[in-house]
Amino acid sequence: MDRVKRQLAPYLLILPGGLWLLLFFVVPMVAMLSLSLQQGDVVNGYRFTFHWQNYTEAIEAYNTQLIRSLIYGVIATIILIILAFPVAYWIAFYGGKRKSTYLFLLLLPFFVSFVLRTISWRQILTDDGPVLSPLKSIGLLPESYHILGTAPAVICGLVYNFLPFMVLPVYVALERIDPRVVEAARDLYANPATSFRKVILPLALPGVFAGVLMSFVPVSSDYVNSEVLGSSSTTMIGQVIQKQYLNNSDYPTASALSFILMAVLLVGIFAYARALGTEDVMKVAAR
Amino acid sequence: MSANISDPSLLRGLTQRRLGRRDALRLSGLAGLGAALAACGVQGKGKPSASVAPDAVAKFWTGKASTKHVDFAGWPLYMDPKKPELKKFTAETGISVNYQEVIQEMAPWFAKVQPQLAAGQSIGYDLMVITNSYQFTQFRESGFLAPLDHSKLPNFTKNAAPAYTKEAFDPGNVYSVPWASGMTGIAYDPAKLGGRKITKLADLWDPAFKGKVGMFSDTQELANFGLMALGIDPAKSTQDDWKKAADHLKKQKSDGIVRNYYDQSYVDALGKGEVWITQAWSGDIFQKNVSEGRNLQFVLPEEGATIWTDNMTIPITAKSPLDAIALMDFFYKPEIAGSLAEYINYVTPVPGAQAVIKADAAKLSGDEKKSMEEIANSNLVFPTDADYAKLHYYVSFETAEENQNFQKTFEPIVLG
Repeated sequence: MDRVKRQLAPYLLILPGGLWLLLFFVVPMVAMLSLSLQQGDVVNGYRFTFHWQNYTEAIEAYNTQLIRSLIYGVIATIILIILAFPVAYWIAFYGGKRKSTYLFLLLLPFFVSFVLRTISWRQILTDDGPVLSPLKSIGLLPESYHILGTAPAVICGLVYNFLPFMVLPVYVALERIDPRVVEAARDLYANPATSFRKVILPLALPGVFAGVLMSFVPVSSDYVNSEVLGSSSTTMIGQVIQKQYLNNSDYPTASALSFILMAVLLVGIFAYARALGTEDVMKVAAR
Repeated sequence: MSANISDPSLLRGLTQRRLGRRDALRLSGLAGLGAALAACGVQGKGKPSASVAPDAVAKFWTGKASTKHVDFAGWPLYMDPKKPELKKFTAETGISVNYQEVIQEMAPWFAKVQPQLAAGQSIGYDLMVITNSYQFTQFRESGFLAPLDHSKLPNFTKNAAPAYTKEAFDPGNVYSVPWASGMTGIAYDPAKLGGRKITKLADLWDPAFKGKVGMFSDTQELANFGLMALGIDPAKSTQDDWKKAADHLKKQKSDGIVRNYYDQSYVDALGKGEVWITQAWSGDIFQKNVSEGRNLQFVLPEEGATIWTDNMTIPITAKSPLDAIALMDFFYKPEIAGSLAEYINYVTPVPGAQAVIKADAAKLSGDEKKSMEEIANSNLVFPTDADYAKLHYYVSFETAEENQNFQKTFEPIVLG
């Protein structure tokens, strides 16, 4: 009897989590899959007809925005790695007693909604705002110069909003490095650069991988930054999906686009994992 | 929109085979998944006929009781923020009004309330102001609008301008009475243009304003300007015309002239200097000038402008339709219509308001008197016949398919 109980225990333990996932992940997925294959219009209702053309038509109509989102996602992720690594490195190795203070500072912006923070950037960077207005009035910039509405504005917004998502996982990976391993490298006559390249970087890679997962996916599907800081020439796929759902009530197209985006992101992530050597990454990450 | 539109849902019913859930199952063979998928269908609410059944009015209104409270969904810049008219209404009738500026653009508003209305649930509002755009037809065809009981609208019957009782989108005011009409023209900030006057639509395509031109994200508004810039009357335009207009608008965008496509937020963008010249609604600019002491200009372009009507309607699921219709009628008292027009500076459907505004002007002196007289004589509030000759109506759609083609033609421009 005891043995049965012991064998059942793990299953009972995962039951709440499993049910949660089933309810809030699987059910909406099925509903969306169904929607993406429906046909009709909002007044007369949509009917399920295995209308696969929704997918081909969506790709045809919105491939520009899809590709643009992926490009923004890749650029923003690369900038994120470049910015986040030194920060994480510094906190992990030189943070000393104040490590938790620095981490808290890093998370401080999260106490304000990120939509609000993005909107405040819009106020700051607007054409006649506090940044551009003085520069224009002393003639450093032409009167029609603007930052808002351009691709760099959107990418900077993305980087700004998702920086902690990259810093934290990298920090966790770096923090776990045993200082004695680095010392050993130095003992074996590795110079600082070599010990960084051969010891620290490989050990930090799982953190970078996790950071990329946590930032590339939401960055590529983000719609707030482009909506607030961008213009119609920076439209990202998230905005298209949002418009189709909430503007045009075109639920099938929106659902089809969501699945396409999900598929593309999954392929991208797997390709990236493959290039890094998933096996190794997962093994180190699981340690 | 002509009165004798054949109903799109009816048309489709005749020409397309409706697939029931069982058909879908048989087709799929994947009975289990098929059932799960098909069960997630989105309910529409197609009504068989656009014309109202004779007993519909009685059927809707019998048994309705007053709750002494109205939830009113309006647009930004459509009422004095101090809401003097609503205060008077509450003082006279004891009905409290909760006025919210929740509507910024028609399509998102329809998309937002459609699921609740289709499910027969209250949308939280008893009265809403909607434009005579395609969404008006969608609201009406879906049976989402309560038929109005004209015996409860004595002021409307007495005071409304005759032209407003036979507008093509709702002849006889079966479902709606106008809130205000307005024109879509061009607004600009003279301080940025160095003395240049804006007079024509072509100015919106001028490379001199590269990156500083605002256009509307509403596809109908956008398309209208594309069409009129090419000399085409939107109301008479064909699908070929739409393609030409779309190309013209695409060029404007690819040349980098358009800064962005805006909803109601264009006023803010113009105020902040984000755009210098933009598509605009007539009364907004006047209000912006009054509230912020600005000198923004509004012009009706030489090639033409469009006129539209925003209408008060009662959603079919309203909790308090009796109080809503009382408020509707209240806005047709000349003194109330006059007071509203004085502030919002849009075309009022009550001609008697002009005398009220003139009388108000007589009570004032100096600059205040002058600006009030300007309103009484403004062609933006009381357009002349010559103005009307310049004004065009919206593109009208005979079928839902035509509307979809229209959207497909113009939407890629907005979405980039």
